[in-house]
Amino acid sequence: MVDFRLSQNDTEILEQVRREGLAVRKHARYFDEHEEELPPEKFPEADAFPGVSERVNRRPAGDTPPATFQMLLGMARQWGDTLPLRQPPLALGNAALQAAGTPEQKQRWGATALSMAITEPGCGSDSKAIKTTARLDGEHWVINGEKIFVTTGIRAQGVVVWATVDAQRGRAGIKSFVVLKGTPGFEVTRKEKKLGIRASDTAALSFIDCRVPRDHLLGGDETVPRQGSGGFRGVMKTFNMTRPAVGAIGVGKARASLDFAEEALAGEGVAVDWERGRRARSTIEAKLVQMEADAEAASLTVLRAGWLADAGEENNVEASIAKAKGGEVSRTVPQGCIELLGAMGASREHLLEKWLRDGRITDIYEGTGQIQRLIIARAIFGYSSEELG
Amino acid sequence: MPQNARHRDVVYSARVISFALSDSQKVARDTVREFARRELRDRARPCDEESRCPDELLEKSWALGLAAACIPEAYGGGGVEGGHTTSAIVLEELGYGCASLGAAVAAPMLFVRPLVDFGTEEQKRDYLPLFTGDRYHAATLALHEPRFTFDPCALETTAERRGANRVLRGEKRLVPMGARASHFLVLARGERGPGLANLEAFILPRDAPGLRVHDEGDTTIGFQAMSWGRLTLDGVEAPPAWKLGGDSGIDGRRLIASLRVGGAALAVGLSRAVLDACVPYAKERVAFGQAIAKKQAIAFMIADMRIEVDAMRWLVWKAASELEERGDATRAAAIAQDYVGRKAMKIADDGIQVFGGHGFIRDFPLELWFRNARLLTVHEGPAAV
Ligand SMILES: Cc1cc2nc3c(=O)[nH]c(=O)nc-3n(C[C@H](O)[C@H](O)[C@H](O)COP(=O)(O)OP(=O)(O)OC[C@H]3O[C@@H](n4cnc5c(N)ncnc54)[C@H](O)[C@@H]3O)c2cc1C
Repeated sequence: MVDFRLSQNDTEILEQVRREGLAVRKHARYFDEHEEELPPEKFPEADAFPGVSERVNRRPAGDTPPATFQMLLGMARQWGDTLPLRQPPLALGNAALQAAGTPEQKQRWGATALSMAITEPGCGSDSKAIKTTARLDGEHWVINGEKIFVTTGIRAQGVVVWATVDAQRGRAGIKSFVVLKGTPGFEVTRKEKKLGIRASDTAALSFIDCRVPRDHLLGGDETVPRQGSGGFRGVMKTFNMTRPAVGAIGVGKARASLDFAEEALAGEGVAVDWERGRRARSTIEAKLVQMEADAEAASLTVLRAGWLADAGEENNVEASIAKAKGGEVSRTVPQGCIELLGAMGASREHLLEKWLRDGRITDIYEGTGQIQRLIIARAIFGYSSEELG
Repeated sequence: MPQNARHRDVVYSARVISFALSDSQKVARDTVREFARRELRDRARPCDEESRCPDELLEKSWALGLAAACIPEAYGGGGVEGGHTTSAIVLEELGYGCASLGAAVAAPMLFVRPLVDFGTEEQKRDYLPLFTGDRYHAATLALHEPRFTFDPCALETTAERRGANRVLRGEKRLVPMGARASHFLVLARGERGPGLANLEAFILPRDAPGLRVHDEGDTTIGFQAMSWGRLTLDGVEAPPAWKLGGDSGIDGRRLIASLRVGGAALAVGLSRAVLDACVPYAKERVAFGQAIAKKQAIAFMIADMRIEVDAMRWLVWKAASELEERGDATRAAAIAQDYVGRKAMKIADDGIQVFGGHGFIRDFPLELWFRNARLLTVHEGPAAV
């Protein structure tokens, strides 16, 4: 049955996550202004909150299914600040490990925080154009190249790095490798200074004749097929869940911004009258309704992508829709809220301006809004990336 | 573990985020989709040109049982409980075929749904059986008034007391199927003043003294195939039996929410029609040696249509499901109306752009959908869920 309500238990879990977010908000400004510092593993406030994951793992089977619930959790966690009470033990590379690793690899690195390094100085969206190489030499892979914009590159214990084993073969030649910190030839060369999400470290990595054991090739398949894209498509599938998850970030920022703006305006006697017809609204009301609608629309597309995954259905297009909508509202809604509140809304006394800066990344990483539209359009027309690029 | 299970049975029933249609909803969707494809698509153009809605189409549509479905079994109907989401799904399919003819087909719901929701025992017994027979029966709801600043919260149609009766004065415009309806549900400003919660509704027979009904003719940019009516209420004396819901009256917030969602649901279907027309056209049409679909400016416009049709539909479903759960759907309905209003118009507009000059020519349906979208997204209640 079509339904959008939550069980009591789920409502409570999400409420706790939101309360955690509120509790830690007071540290947000500090780490925004002290980008050089890494936030602690755990904030003192964490002790007041029992671990949510316990409760999430014990959810009854009849409640909202897990992937859909992950989306709700994502939106709640990103309601305002990206600063977690406790640093998550894992990073994006771990998702790749779980999706593409052999059982033995999952066992070995399952508890190791791994970042994910695809982007290079010469290419981002066009990930098949990467220049980093991996060459088999006896029982080792020798990796050479430069990676940039690696999230958690500073903090993580290792990285899943994309490299080509056969530059002639394009996509099919691209493999990913696990490289642990301390491996000779692997270095962190830089920490970026950013517009927002400053508490999240972003690193540049260099690989110079970096040797890793042969079994560090993720998935273990060394063959390069003559035809097709080889394992590339499989790796890209990792993103069918991460794209809506990033969409959820955008929704969280939009939601927090709207809640702030509405509370601020209500404090000065301005509120939406939901009964009135569209043309009877004031400019402020009309703008608020529009942003509420945009945020709600984005949030439902995110839930839809998660729900399809739960239902075991293909969600490639819907994952991109969720990412595109989440990315859009992460830009338009915080911007619009500041527009509504005027200069005081842009003040650094409040976190709203920070949410605008933090949220702005959402339409860029994990595939820009344009790349999502390419994915959707190719699916609609049945085109390859060569036919529509 | 058993403790958990018991807990679940008691507290957690039907509290799951789900986009899953029931089997009967799938059947309803597929049946109406097929009807829309077979009966509405080809008629859309001639009916628009001739400003008419053929009787034989309305008769055929009656077999779908749209209005009868939500009438309780006790009054001879299908007895589908709630069913607001099902209505939304069905209206999307009708809108896909032709929003204007689809609204004509679904118009009796404008009368039946409020009667089922708010009618007294007597009113249900008196009027609902009109819609369980085997012939199309037109009855409708009169909301719009002739003002540019029209707002359902501030109606100017009044219902003053005269003894036990109420005297209705005012003018209603753009009443769906008004030209042929046997009965009108006339919305009036409540005794306690403006605001949706105060709205009152009166069941007027077409021949009520003081009520004049005119055929509007083809009065708007779109929806020409719809048979619009105009009502003049010149001191119509309504006995207590005509006041919908009797002393308890109606829940005006719910009623207006149902209309807002109904219009939005039709517009989702219209938008999906534009998308489905643009895809093959863009793949076939060649410019500068390449299918225009291979140009990002076109491909991205169509990708955006695909994105928004999804987003619109989920907003409509959410509002409809809130109505179904008998919650307050006012906010969800306003959101669906606002969002769908903006996006449907944009999609219809972009549809013409994808077709270029051909989009402007009446051999193609794009200009018709564009005109229909313009009326549909500003009318407060062409359909009810
Ligand atoms: C804070 C941060 C964290 C990041 N974390 C990671 C990480 O953990 N791992 C990682 O590998 N990368 C990461 N990235 C990199 C991110 O994924 C890329 O920046 C992103 O994919 C865009 O690539 P680019 O910057 O090279 O832009 P480009 O690819 O150069 O794109 C520039 C512009 O051109 C547009 N464009 C590009 N190609 C097309 C096309 N075919 N059609 C239409 N428009 C096009 C883009 O949409 C964009 O607007 C991160 C980036 C940032 C800023």
